[in-house]
Amino acid sequence: MTGPTNADVPDVADPLSADPLVVAEAWRREGRRVALATVVETWGSAPRPAGSHLVIDADGDFRGSVSGGCVEGAVVAEAAEVIDSGVGRLIEFGVADETAWRVGLSCGGRIAVWVERID
Amino acid sequence: MDSALVSALNAERAARRAAVLATPLSGAPARLLRAGEPLQGDPLADEIREAFRSGVSRRVTGADGDVFLTACLPPPRLVIVGAVHISQALAPIAAIAGFEATIVDPRTAFATEARFAGVRLIAEWPEEVLPGLGLDPWTALAAVTHDPKIDDFALRHALERGCFYVGALGSRKTHGKRIERLSAAGVPADDLARIRARSASPSARPARPRSRWR
Repeated sequence: MTGPTNADVPDVADPLSADPLVVAEAWRREGRRVALATVVETWGSAPRPAGSHLVIDADGDFRGSVSGGCVEGAVVAEAAEVIDSGVGRLIEFGVADETAWRVGLSCGGRIAVWVERID
Repeated sequence: MDSALVSALNAERAARRAAVLATPLSGAPARLLRAGEPLQGDPLADEIREAFRSGVSRRVTGADGDVFLTACLPPPRLVIVGAVHISQALAPIAAIAGFEATIVDPRTAFATEARFAGVRLIAEWPEEVLPGLGLDPWTALAAVTHDPKIDDFALRHALERGCFYVGALGSRKTHGKRIERLSAAGVPADDLARIRARSASPSARPARPRSRWR
């Protein structure tokens, strides 16, 4: 291609490179054991919309976000069990939850997160 | 979920094809639905069609329990034909609004990195560039050079590729001539009616006496 072209600009045509689903695929290809967490429902004020993903490996490494940081720690812990058992589970987080003081959403909303193993 | 399904979904997304992933929250196997595949007989046909239309992911209730529909529509893009002064404002506005912007202008005096730092800029004729960019129904095209040699092909190509927005600048007189040229070139009237002419908003122009507006 002739003429000036901004070769140094990040390739905006490939915004998927840091995407959790792309990371999940890459991690599986590397042989890592992986779980995928997905926000499946939100009530009230919630930091991340339904469809947001967090991908977690057996060592607790993770990418993406299901709550902007509020409950990621708890999801990562649940994911470790899901990776071992292979059984998906639905987890709810929110101020009404007894775990609120530990891992509640400071914004006052509630979210439901589906965690499953990627086989 | 089978990692092959994740790979298949990622392949659809990388190719800018719409897809919906249906994940039963019972733990039953997930399904990947590709755009254009028949949905007759699917118990969730209406919900899946809505996911394709809206791009909104949501939990729905089917006969066998709840299912989460992950809607994956290609991210919106804006192709700006013309590295002119309004493009210098339009490109950052597009980026903030979530559109990946690309500027195409063969005139190397206009299409300079100094004028468009941080913007994807291609100093080539639209004829040479646009077919390779894969314009699609999730792409908008704004032709802003006012120069038929540059704008006309881009407009025709965008209409052929079903871009969701096809805009062009120019006065009524300029647009009238444009319609005549494109019509003579064989562009159907229905397509020509899709061109948003005078695509600049009045509010984007400096205030001037009302009597002179129009």
